Amino acid sequence: MPKDSGIGASSKRREDVRFLTGQGRYTDDINLLGQAYVHFLRSDVAHGVLKNVDTSAAAAMPGVVRIFTGADFEGVGGVPCGWQVTDKHGEPMQEPAHPILAQGKVRYVGDAIAAVVADSPEQARDAAEAIMLDIDELPAVVDMKAAVQDGATKVHDDLTSNLCYDWGFVEENKPAVDAAFEAAAHVTTLELVNNRLSPNPMEPRVAVGDYATGTDDSTLYTTSQNPHVIRLLMGAFVLGIPEHKLRVVAPDVGGGFGSKIFHYVEEAFVTFAAKQVKRPVKWTSSRSEAFITDAHGRDHVTKIELALDADNNFTGIRTETYANMGAYLSTFAPSIPTWLHGTLMAGNYKTPNIYVNVKAVFTNTVPVDAYRGAGRPEATFQLERVVDKAARELGVDPIELRRQNFITEFPYATPVAVEYDTGDYEGTMTKLLEMIDRDGFEARRAESAANGKLRGMGVNCYIEACGIAPSALVGQLGARAGLYESATVRVNATGGLVVMTGSHSHGQGHETSFAQVVADMIGIPEDQVEIVHGDTANTPMGMGTYGSRSIAVGGSAMVRATEKIIAKAKKIAAHLMEAAEGDIELKDGAFSVAGTDKSVAWGDVTLAAYVPHNYPLEEIEPGLEETAFYDPNNFTYPAGAYACEVEIDPDTGKVEIMSFAAADDFGNVINPMIVEGQVHGGLAQGIGQALLENVSYDENGQLLSASYMDYTMPRADDVPMFKVDHSSATPCTHNPLGVKGCGEAGAIGSPPSVVNAVVDALQRAGHTDVTHIDMPLTPARVWSAMQN
Amino acid sequence: MYNFEFSKPSTIAEAVAALGQEEAQALGGGQTLLPTMKQRLAQTETLVSLNGIAEMQGVCVNDAGQVCIGGATTHATVAREAAAHYPGLASLAGRIGDPAVRNRGTIGGSLGNNDPSACYPAAALGAGATILTNTREIAADDFFDGMFTTALNEGEIITEVKFPVPQASNYQKFVQPASRFALVGVFVCKFSDGVRVAVTGASADGVFRWSEAEAALSSDFSKGAVDGLSAPSGDMISDLHGTAEYRAHLVKVMTGRAAAAAS
Repeated sequence: MPKDSGIGASSKRREDVRFLTGQGRYTDDINLLGQAYVHFLRSDVAHGVLKNVDTSAAAAMPGVVRIFTGADFEGVGGVPCGWQVTDKHGEPMQEPAHPILAQGKVRYVGDAIAAVVADSPEQARDAAEAIMLDIDELPAVVDMKAAVQDGATKVHDDLTSNLCYDWGFVEENKPAVDAAFEAAAHVTTLELVNNRLSPNPMEPRVAVGDYATGTDDSTLYTTSQNPHVIRLLMGAFVLGIPEHKLRVVAPDVGGGFGSKIFHYVEEAFVTFAAKQVKRPVKWTSSRSEAFITDAHGRDHVTKIELALDADNNFTGIRTETYANMGAYLSTFAPSIPTWLHGTLMAGNYKTPNIYVNVKAVFTNTVPVDAYRGAGRPEATFQLERVVDKAARELGVDPIELRRQNFITEFPYATPVAVEYDTGDYEGTMTKLLEMIDRDGFEARRAESAANGKLRGMGVNCYIEACGIAPSALVGQLGARAGLYESATVRVNATGGLVVMTGSHSHGQGHETSFAQVVADMIGIPEDQVEIVHGDTANTPMGMGTYGSRSIAVGGSAMVRATEKIIAKAKKIAAHLMEAAEGDIELKDGAFSVAGTDKSVAWGDVTLAAYVPHNYPLEEIEPGLEETAFYDPNNFTYPAGAYACEVEIDPDTGKVEIMSFAAADDFGNVINPMIVEGQVHGGLAQGIGQALLENVSYDENGQLLSASYMDYTMPRADDVPMFKVDHSSATPCTHNPLGVKGCGEAGAIGSPPSVVNAVVDALQRAGHTDVTHIDMPLTPARVWSAMQN
Repeated sequence: MYNFEFSKPSTIAEAVAALGQEEAQALGGGQTLLPTMKQRLAQTETLVSLNGIAEMQGVCVNDAGQVCIGGATTHATVAREAAAHYPGLASLAGRIGDPAVRNRGTIGGSLGNNDPSACYPAAALGAGATILTNTREIAADDFFDGMFTTALNEGEIITEVKFPVPQASNYQKFVQPASRFALVGVFVCKFSDGVRVAVTGASADGVFRWSEAEAALSSDFSKGAVDGLSAPSGDMISDLHGTAEYRAHLVKVMTGRAAAAAS
């Protein structure tokens, strides 16, 4: 029986009432008295020396309050990078300065050169058009491999080259890995591109800066997934404002997918400028600006090799990847192709020898950082593609080859530094096979063939590391922050309560699912629990929402705080019932004394806490409010098996997805409906990457896919009705809820099965030379592959 | 968007007068012009909307049996009201853009703009339509003059388009995945005196007639008739979404499919 409330119930998303009725309050809905508007003049060349910025004519235009250029930010910090990667020689990565407005050079199309603050957005834009620029254009650095050749044009003149770092993982294991390849019975090699993506949240970025002259307090309203992180980075590293004088508010946020983790120059600008001009300053990104300023995702060029012994056991994996950083280091950019990518290269398989090499490269393109999945889709894609290719080369069943190599005993320490606490890869694969009618495939293929279509099936597994992360571990790996989470549970006198969490909900449904957990623990209705998030002024310091971490880390903090509440409430209940504290039981919202019929209701206890007339004041304080910080001792490892069936029109190359099935292991699930929704969204984005989406630059660094006229977002008719299942579950062993996280799985797990299915269809149709097609598998690319 | 004056005349004569002003620009459904103005890529002193002119609205059949469409008639109206008279044309109109586009975009606006990926130019050229303006009649064969270029003079308004109704017709559109404009669109019309084939989306010169296919289909109106042909790839567009070779290939595929589906 499905539950109708609490943990495991598909409670309807309470936040949807306001979202679906137009009552959400987003950053752009915030308009402050006396507000001015900023328009950024952005570079339309990818690379050039900024010789002069003449603002004299513009400054005299109507409504202009002030025009800022790079010169106004000399002595002000640039936006910092939050993760330092150490290269294979033990040296720190090359880390260029990232000024708020360009100084000396422009480095990508979209780089902010000047900022016009004016009374209206139109006046700001008019004046920006009147600014005279003198830019000496330089050759654009676009191709990563060319960028690291000797003599290549440098994106940053003060760095030794365009190489940010050359990372080897685990460098000490490389000789053993090479030896495994020497001894291999078979080696499969695959070169591939993991295509660059634009995140495209429905709500573009917005920032409003405010400054109170009477109190010297600054406030930033911004579209962020992690307001406390922005407060720390911007306050400490950019503007020199201590946390107690800086408030960051991220109200309703319309999607992030990673792109709203990072600290962007526009946020620092409006906060800085508001103090300078003594007026609130607002920036609202246009969709066009979003394409050239929101951090992009992926963009890897990879060679992967898989070594197998004579019995088809995997014996070694060796990879070399070029990872695009773009023109500057975005907040977490260096960690994505390394610690969120290399550590996942074992996948679901017991491969004893693994070596991952990543060269991170600066180019004259938009900075690249985390996007839904962040490093893990790149790892999964190359691994699951090379396994599929190996199966074909060896003439064995791709599912059986995977099964044969599954990790089956847990905990399992991989050769790439992580330990999977739990999992059941055979379980999710078995569940997947129940969902897809593999035996009926031949009949379906024959039916497609009768209609002139080529049908193929692709399967893959995936594993990801979520619930980031143990602070001590990530500190060793170069993170410049901790990755705990926090919650304050404030119980009110009449029994309702508010949870103030450092997690941030921007589509995930925390206001519903977090409330389910606390209500279930206490045994009160869900509507007695309110979730508050997104404002540094009323939530404890927390690290925000990304990396599928919120229920695993934020949820755990909330559980710990609620446990403290329950422990204290039991003391009060024991006093009220004149019983021993150890005999008090909490069930269905009432405290009872074991073995008796004595009980007091939850509300009686909470009232006593705030009206302590009959209360053990000598033992405990009045009130009922507790805070907990939770720092996980491991990542969580969601995993699963996905299958895709496609039909290809051989005359046009168009791929249609006929069915898609996802069998996931998320551990325990709080709200199945929300989890399924998260998987659906992830699958749509994964299918988008596989078939549709691609950020494309020309050789001059001009963005060709700069609008929806050329950047293909998935639409409803591009995706099938999904079959999803999460019943094959192995609860996480190290967090109190046994949860693993589900936010990114769909985007991580789906691209390889789509590509595997297309290659399968072409192979079955006799195109035996087609062993790989780079994503996105557009009709033109598929048709082209069929012509050789 | 820059500031502009807005005028909405109710007669063709008033519109012509309004368009005679300095830097005046006609506005049909605004499906191209308004986004361009919002991007500040187009600037006009006066925008003259043609949507308030009753005599430029609607679909009718004249004594010669031609389907006559007012220049300011929306795609949605054509899809609905031409269906009984000219199903091939109505079907084409019903597949332009999405419902929002079809409820605003007009036939005169689309033909006057002559986007190389638009659907209507293929309909007009494929059917051998006649384009009526406030001053003259222009045969479709003489109207399209390369991408975004037509025979229209400054200030000249498309008031009506007359379509001869073929025995059978069909429009096949293979969409560009992002914009869902035609990557290649082919409109095939079978008349008693021969077949006309118009291709949009493919050529850097805009819509064109594929005469080789017309000859082949005129003698054998079937999918197989074009199998041995190859569309001219020399002038085809090469871009993010397909090479010239791919477009040339699609021209043949879509032409064959249009012939097979024509009714």
